[in-house]
Amino acid sequence: MRLTCTVNGTEQHVDDVWEGESLLYVLRERMGLPGSKNACEQGECGSCTVYLDGLPVCACLVAAGQAEGRQVGTVEGLADPESLHPVQQAFLDAGAVQCGFCTPGLLVATHDLITRQGRPSDAETREALAGNLCRCTGYEKILDAVRLAADRMAEPTAGGDR
Amino acid sequence: MSTPTRTPTGAPEHLTGPGSGGVGDDAQRPDGVLKVRGEFAYGSDLWMEDMLWGVTLRSPHPYARIRSVDTSAALATPGVSAVLTADDVPGEKVYGLELADQPVLALDVVRYQGEPVALVAADHPETARLAASRIHVDYDVLEPVTDARTALGHPTWNQVHDSTAEVTELSRESAHLHPEGNLVRHLKVRTGDPAPTADVVVVGEYEVGMQDQAFLGPESGLAVPAEDGGVELHVATQWLHVDQKQICSALALPPEQVRLTLAGVGGAFGGREDLSMHVHACLLALRTGRPVKMSYNREESFFGHVHRHPATMRYEHGATRDGELVYVKAAIYFDGGAYASSTPAVVGNGGTMGIGPYVVPNVHVDCYGAYTNNPPCGAMRGFGSVQTAFAYESQMDALAAELGMDPVELRCRNAMEEGSATPTGQVIDSPAPVAELLRRLEAMPLPAASGDGEVDLRDMPGGVSNTTHGEGVRRGVGYAVAYKNVAFSEGYDDHSTARVRLEVVGGEPTATVHTAAAEVGQGLVTVEQQIARTELGVERVVVHPKDTSVGSAGSTSASRQTYVTGGAVKAACEKVREQVLARAERLVGRTVPDLRLAGGSVVSDSEDITVPLADLLGDDVLEATLEWRHRPTEAIDPETGQGFAHVQYAFSAHRAVVDVDTELGLVKVVEMACTQDVGKAINPQAVVGQIQGGTAQGLGLAVMEEILIKDGKVRNPSFTDYLIPTILDMPPMRIEVLEYADPHAPYGLRGVGEAPNISSGPAVLAAIRAATGLPLTRVPVRPEHITGT
Repeated sequence: MRLTCTVNGTEQHVDDVWEGESLLYVLRERMGLPGSKNACEQGECGSCTVYLDGLPVCACLVAAGQAEGRQVGTVEGLADPESLHPVQQAFLDAGAVQCGFCTPGLLVATHDLITRQGRPSDAETREALAGNLCRCTGYEKILDAVRLAADRMAEPTAGGDR
Repeated sequence: MSTPTRTPTGAPEHLTGPGSGGVGDDAQRPDGVLKVRGEFAYGSDLWMEDMLWGVTLRSPHPYARIRSVDTSAALATPGVSAVLTADDVPGEKVYGLELADQPVLALDVVRYQGEPVALVAADHPETARLAASRIHVDYDVLEPVTDARTALGHPTWNQVHDSTAEVTELSRESAHLHPEGNLVRHLKVRTGDPAPTADVVVVGEYEVGMQDQAFLGPESGLAVPAEDGGVELHVATQWLHVDQKQICSALALPPEQVRLTLAGVGGAFGGREDLSMHVHACLLALRTGRPVKMSYNREESFFGHVHRHPATMRYEHGATRDGELVYVKAAIYFDGGAYASSTPAVVGNGGTMGIGPYVVPNVHVDCYGAYTNNPPCGAMRGFGSVQTAFAYESQMDALAAELGMDPVELRCRNAMEEGSATPTGQVIDSPAPVAELLRRLEAMPLPAASGDGEVDLRDMPGGVSNTTHGEGVRRGVGYAVAYKNVAFSEGYDDHSTARVRLEVVGGEPTATVHTAAAEVGQGLVTVEQQIARTELGVERVVVHPKDTSVGSAGSTSASRQTYVTGGAVKAACEKVREQVLARAERLVGRTVPDLRLAGGSVVSDSEDITVPLADLLGDDVLEATLEWRHRPTEAIDPETGQGFAHVQYAFSAHRAVVDVDTELGLVKVVEMACTQDVGKAINPQAVVGQIQGGTAQGLGLAVMEEILIKDGKVRNPSFTDYLIPTILDMPPMRIEVLEYADPHAPYGLRGVGEAPNISSGPAVLAAIRAATGLPLTRVPVRPEHITGT
């Protein structure tokens, strides 16, 4: 089948998509956007979290055809090529990136959390990110990164594109 | 709460960096920006025009003879380029890290569920999977051996007071899974009085379930056939050169025709030390003449790598009435599963360090590794020390209770220190602050009691499932301390190779560090840069891609890379620095004793000399390549276990605070605190990251992580059913990092990664015991162990 959707603001057309393919597979293998990760491919780990029409979803659980005509946002679209989004910068500064395989999904989930809630409490952050597994960090530095990003994004001068 | 404190106590003063990304700084990882932009190329991200997808057909049976394999229907599937079986392996048909006993593709017998039988390459992964399902394998199913002691013909224990009579003759009646029998290794430690007596004796039997590394990036890589008849393999792994050696053997190709490059690694934790898809992808690429990508899904990943050995252990501790340990006897059984992998070395660790960081005059340990038809077990973070720590720390708590002593006091009273002898007769010749680690934990404030004021469900066991508002919830506090060898042991020639180049690029002095040491997420690439910055006084350091065009760096395991590859990089930098300083002296025409490299220049403080490297080097390139070794260890005596087995020990301790819903058996870990001596924190932020991550994996084993096996079959190969801690399961942590320099190690550093993975779980178990009053001798602790239902 042919799939047409908008990814990170750019309209994409892909031919010869097999109906059984997931949005994650199409992003990674057909559109050259492997940033969204394939850690479990069963909706348990959150590594493939992308925006679908503005809502975070596990791209592995979305059939490619379900994205037809819709807006998809991935980690590659969080910032323009010349800069980092404050959430990305905060993950680096806090040391929240080790192997980094969970990072793209966590960045999208954190971006969504801060966009919705501004400065979430730790308890709110834990609830919001409970669907994103990380095996390296024990999550402490991820919490540090969320606090840091939320603080920076709340400061008008250090704002960045919310 | 999460801000760690550091206690610099002995690290060389001059290494306290000025914040310029040298040794001792929180330098940022060079791969960080790529990782947060989604541009870092992991093994599963690799892609080439015209590439094929490879998949593996695996045995559904834990033990069976193969009567025949019919691949015709698979080959006839449109889109399929190749179907391979064991007949297509051109070289040695078996491989292994320590013993070559594991078939590349099943020969006449499969010995575990998930053993690879055949391979398919096709133009789409689903086509390849469909074709694999059309391969007909005729199995003669056999009765699997699924218990280590049964495999060895040893009697099973039923209760604590059974006889521990040593079994000297292995039963020849139990099924032999391998020609040499089912014993992989039996390690004996014998020291002191063989028949000691003591005032107080406690006996316990303990069991540790099978843990999975559960790295998030699946086994994956891309094999590309080369014009010279060889193959280029881009793969996520822990040790390129040991892979290369095994691949060469299977492919019957020389090393120069099997070239490996490290792909991005999404975590490892030991699970990538053995081969997975490496040879398979190369076989398919060489057969089809096209690039072949293989990437396991999560279910296949559970079958595609070794796991942590499950263990059953029986311990007897004898002490004086005032709490001095007199003797420890232990029998430790590791279930190695179907193939040896690194079981011999795991047994080595389990046996030599099996009584914990305590001074005990009389020790009698038997540690066994056995073949069974369970999944193969091998390396996982903590490597043979995690299992025994649950047992020996549980024993220390039981002994403290029997003596009416405080558990921390009992531990401190018997703690190893510098100058102590281990049960293997090795005198500890660097700091061993075991008691201090515990005392510092004890001095930390405890978290507020739960249920004060309004109940927040999110703080309760069961969380927002609304299972309790505090009724039936009891708090417990537990302590544990552990130690672990750093680097490879027992006489292994453990070395690393580093090539360091210094040149001027675009007017800026630039160092390039080239090693084959696998970066798996821990931050070795950062450490390599930091060392080069400090040693060469330059800011710009490029880390060359990791590949086999430079000599072996050894494995990224055993907490060894910062020590060994760090040592190699330091030594190579020193060689380059000698060349630079000699050149500077030639330039100034005399010997200047205090010449050094700093800020991109050669400088002397006494003579007011500053020669920029850009001027000194011009277009010249200075380079040094060398192999570096830590001081040698030695094989242990096969009858007594005595010998200088380990080059260095890492020490850590944990305090766990838990709330347990005793009615439902649910556990909420409220806080973890950790103290660890790291000798010298090369990158403090990364050190703390290792402690936090290791703590999480230990907590996971204590309360939730287990591969469930029934009759040799894995029942939970998914992240739906194999649980690892989420951000809701992990509590805040208090961390104190101590820096007592080890005079034998580069910069005084001590390997970091594994120790905190060892002491955290036993502390959680102790805290649950303290909350419930139950003996709890098995991990992971399940709700029914607490409720008794």
